[in-house]
Amino acid sequence: MTLVQKARLKSLWVVHFDCGGCNGCDIEVLAALTPKFDVERFGIVNIGDPKQADIMVLTGPVNHKNKRVLRDLYEEVPDPKMVIAVGTCACTGGIFHNCPNILGGVNKVVPVDVYVPGCAARPEQIIDGVVLAMKKLAGEAPEEDE
Amino acid sequence: MIPFGPQHPVLPEPIQLQFYVDEEKIVDVLPNIGYVHRGIERAMELNDYRRNIYLCERICGICNVIHGQTYARLIEKLTGTEVPIRARYLRTIWAEVARLQSHLLWLGLFAESIGFESLFMKIWRDREIVLELTEATNGHRIHMGTTVIGGVSKDLDERLRDRYLGDMDRLRKEVDDWGHVFVKDVAFREKTVGKGILPKKDAVHLGAVGPVIRGSGVPRDMRSNGYGVYGELDFEPVTHDGCDSYSRAMVRLDETYQSIDLVKRAIDQLSEGPLVEKNEGFPDGVAMVRSEQPRGECFYYGVGNGTIHLERCRIRTPTLPNIPPLLQMLIGHDVADIPTIVHSIDPCMSCTERVTYVEEAA
Repeated sequence: MTLVQKARLKSLWVVHFDCGGCNGCDIEVLAALTPKFDVERFGIVNIGDPKQADIMVLTGPVNHKNKRVLRDLYEEVPDPKMVIAVGTCACTGGIFHNCPNILGGVNKVVPVDVYVPGCAARPEQIIDGVVLAMKKLAGEAPEEDE
Repeated sequence: MIPFGPQHPVLPEPIQLQFYVDEEKIVDVLPNIGYVHRGIERAMELNDYRRNIYLCERICGICNVIHGQTYARLIEKLTGTEVPIRARYLRTIWAEVARLQSHLLWLGLFAESIGFESLFMKIWRDREIVLELTEATNGHRIHMGTTVIGGVSKDLDERLRDRYLGDMDRLRKEVDDWGHVFVKDVAFREKTVGKGILPKKDAVHLGAVGPVIRGSGVPRDMRSNGYGVYGELDFEPVTHDGCDSYSRAMVRLDETYQSIDLVKRAIDQLSEGPLVEKNEGFPDGVAMVRSEQPRGECFYYGVGNGTIHLERCRIRTPTLPNIPPLLQMLIGHDVADIPTIVHSIDPCMSCTERVTYVEEAA
């Protein structure tokens, strides 16, 4: 592991984008930053600027208008980057599967590394997802579920 | 021209506002919405009308309880179902708990948009009290899912009842602890008093709803119509007549206290009885219901045709009518005031967008 890689794992910066969900996961992503869960103690900081981010946290099913914004945002995040789809609707479309204006899942637009299901996903699950992404960045194989 | 959004640190949700500025002053604003449009109203026609309640709760995660209840009231009206009194009390309690959660969320985000980072953290810590109550009720932090057509699916037992009362007292103490910052703090007043002016006349004329219109001194609140059990709880709408961001913040702070009182009063008056009334037949005819969400009036219009599917369901949520007042509030203010003024209407894009589909310019 190079020095840069090692340093990166100590401070993962997250950019969050809502692709059109119900807000439930968005407020849980925010709740993960606040005192009860406090992800900042692991060096994880939520940042608005995609150019400084390592991890993209995406919530909600993508719609036709959002597609382009998401694509642009993905291009702006520097490599190496991890994409986390938070919430059932970001994973597959979920409850919105038969809505006419959605594509169904962010993986239709950008490649996704970690899926965090749940409606809404709990902060603990989101933190777990970020830890998985961290391991993937470090090049470790994810643990098998028993 | 300065674009604000769709992805912006202040906004958790995508909306684009294009500001035309003359040096530091805003001269014109163009909104560009449609980033969260999903087509829920169409999906509601495709689903079983009983299952739609879960889809309605996912229109917006923050006001999910009240969305579910409003839809249930619509179907009860269409099928002629009478809700038992205990269920009506429980619905009111949970609606007020949801309002508390939403107002605490807003107060925190508003504090952050002014720059009070630690106040934001403190308020969100107290918000966890409410979320833990929600979790204790139904096992989920955000989507409560306790409403079913004809009543509620969960009960408040003796232990939970005591916990509700105890936590409401605890929350009141916590709100007392930081509430004075919103009232008195110099930096907060600098950023809000006289900013984002919406005169009473314009508020009525532009059709503002919820805390926005009540912050302009108009006592318009759907809860005073007495749906649910608000009629039995001596409900009085909160108003402030400053017409600025400060008044809107004060309305929400006072409503936080009011919701705590309403929950306690409703729990005291809770009587024994059945939880759910079986609804028979399929929805038929035309009906509309209105209810008050944390952000303002929510309106459901439904057409049933005697089958398992609804013919049409139209939902009008509070943020959309608040966008025209927002545009007026912004004009003439500094660029630095944009985040606080935009936040002062409590924008909730997930609610707003179901029919408005703005075609991308080629």
